[in-house]
Amino acid sequence: MALQELTYRDALRQALIDSMRENPDVIIMGEEVGRYGGAYAVTKELIKEFGAERVIDTPISEPAIIGAAVGAAMAGLRPVAELMYVDFIGMTMDQLGNQAAKIRYMFGGQIGVPMVLRTQGGTGRSAGAQHSQSLEAYVMHTPGLRLAMPATVSDAYHLLRMALTKPDPVVFIEHKALYTMKETVDLDAEPLAWGKSAVRREGKDLVIVTYSRQLHYVMEAAKKLSADGIEATVIDLRTLNPLDFDTIREHVERAGRAMVVSESVMTAGVAAELSARITEECFDYLEDPVVRVAGEDIPISVSTALETGSVPGPQLILETARKLLGARVAA
Amino acid sequence: MTKPEAIHAAPARPNTDLPQLYRTMRRIRTFEERVGELFVRGQSAGSMLHLSIGEESAAAGFCAHMQDGDTFTTHHRGHGIFLARGADPNRMMAEIGGKEAGYCHGKGGSMHIADMGLGHLGANAIVGGGIPAIIGAGLAARHHGTGKISVAFFGDGATGQGILYESMNMAALWRLPCVFVCINNQYGMGTRIDQATANAVLHERAHAFGLVAETVDGLDVEAVAEAAERLVAGAREGRPAFLVVDCYRFYGHARKDKSPYRDATEEETGRQKDPVAFARAALLERGLADAAELDALDAQIDAEMDATIDFTVAQTEPPLSTMFRDVYAPEEPEPEPVRVRIDRILARA
Repeated sequence: MALQELTYRDALRQALIDSMRENPDVIIMGEEVGRYGGAYAVTKELIKEFGAERVIDTPISEPAIIGAAVGAAMAGLRPVAELMYVDFIGMTMDQLGNQAAKIRYMFGGQIGVPMVLRTQGGTGRSAGAQHSQSLEAYVMHTPGLRLAMPATVSDAYHLLRMALTKPDPVVFIEHKALYTMKETVDLDAEPLAWGKSAVRREGKDLVIVTYSRQLHYVMEAAKKLSADGIEATVIDLRTLNPLDFDTIREHVERAGRAMVVSESVMTAGVAAELSARITEECFDYLEDPVVRVAGEDIPISVSTALETGSVPGPQLILETARKLLGARVAA
Repeated sequence: MTKPEAIHAAPARPNTDLPQLYRTMRRIRTFEERVGELFVRGQSAGSMLHLSIGEESAAAGFCAHMQDGDTFTTHHRGHGIFLARGADPNRMMAEIGGKEAGYCHGKGGSMHIADMGLGHLGANAIVGGGIPAIIGAGLAARHHGTGKISVAFFGDGATGQGILYESMNMAALWRLPCVFVCINNQYGMGTRIDQATANAVLHERAHAFGLVAETVDGLDVEAVAEAAERLVAGAREGRPAFLVVDCYRFYGHARKDKSPYRDATEEETGRQKDPVAFARAALLERGLADAAELDALDAQIDAEMDATIDFTVAQTEPPLSTMFRDVYAPEEPEPEPVRVRIDRILARA
């Protein structure tokens, strides 16, 4: 297929369509996924092609939606359970953390739970403290769960397609502020492998590790740094489990400096884990501390000013990189 | 002791196979007694053992009407159900003992035992945790046109969990081939059902969701079997159901629980509701078996279950090398052990 301009939302939708056409066992279940077309319209009109038996509108029962997906996956379906907001993940943590994540292990490898939990998170829509969080650390902290967080339109398509072929439960967290982002993509082009991070930019002075929407802020900051004469390598993780640490190590050893940028809160978050790993594994190569640029340890406000201030943005990333590279900039 | 007049009052049950139901219940009873022995002998890996003595009729009676290919989930007190569905008692006991030869290679134990071959989608240590899986299994059965049902077995304690009601609602809404079997042994751990809810007529809740629902006296395994036959047939036709089996939990919540929350009189009365003794008396009363035949059957079951202990004691624990296996699918890399990681990091310095 030729190049086409697609939104992140359309790419996700296309991934669902292609997977459902290819595999009759793929079903979608969740709140408002059918007649309404999905709270963020990712499943718009899928019910027309695939019918209400495969695009299942559920009651507002998050624990049972995820629990039913667990049972469906064990019984031979490939369910995509949609959790409207990742903020509701706490409702489902028993089914996700105690059931889906542990069934293969507890049952001695007899069976896996090949389900995908599609959800979205993050700030950007003034949606308040219970609809704006970045809770990926909950998932990353639970062995047995895979975690994908696409930052680009191409990855939205390919990671979701790949998630629907994986043998283990995948939590797939989209970013609500990216749905309308457009890119020119060739969906037929060979994608990067699952579990492999993408080096979005290469530079000798600094490595910035990030994922999801923060990638775009990091790229914006990196462009400005380049104007200052600072060249950053930008690594987009794509999947947080599996975590491609080899790529991070390789680049950090070369540059000697690393920053981690994440929208989730600072304390005990994804950035904390990445920072600890870089510090442990690349200690001899580091010239400066690994700096975390992460969400503030506070709830998200409805006020746009407070909301924006609660999470990293291009300016904070840029300032942090300049401070880290201070001596070099001055020279 | 079982009241003889109750046996006289029991109606004729042409469709039930009482000798077989008795055998199943007696095997469960004896298996559970041996589980307790394993624990006393220090051979049980699990520190938590929940026995279903007094509840055998629910497992035997209901499972008598399940078929190959039907799936089910159980709870923390589910040994009897698995046995009634055809489990190998040796592999069960070995799993409870945390041995490699067990159903889950020693990783699951009593509360996470499962066997896909027998349709056992898993016991559960989270109260109510296994219930919603039958919704998905029911959807899958319908999607694939298998004609199979999926059954959740759980205790009265799970009626305090919201996920039960979410699941009941979905089953009724989507007319799934599902049955909810609530084994009401009167206690959620140490809290009696009337201390946990203002309306202990539990099946009324299912009516509220539009499920077919009834309560049956667990003293009489034939009554359970007859209810199961009706409800299972309906479920296969897309009429999901909810069955409460009224029982009494003879012993404490777990092996070490001496039940300080209930008195001896209550226990004595409760233990008169003994479905195994009741079935035995009914067999004799109706001339379906004589005492010598039943004694011989009992002896055979005792020997079978004694052997599970010897089998389990002789088994080995899973090798440490299996510790990192099955976190993810076999084709995926295993997690890096902490020791390996530490050595790798410190070797760099």
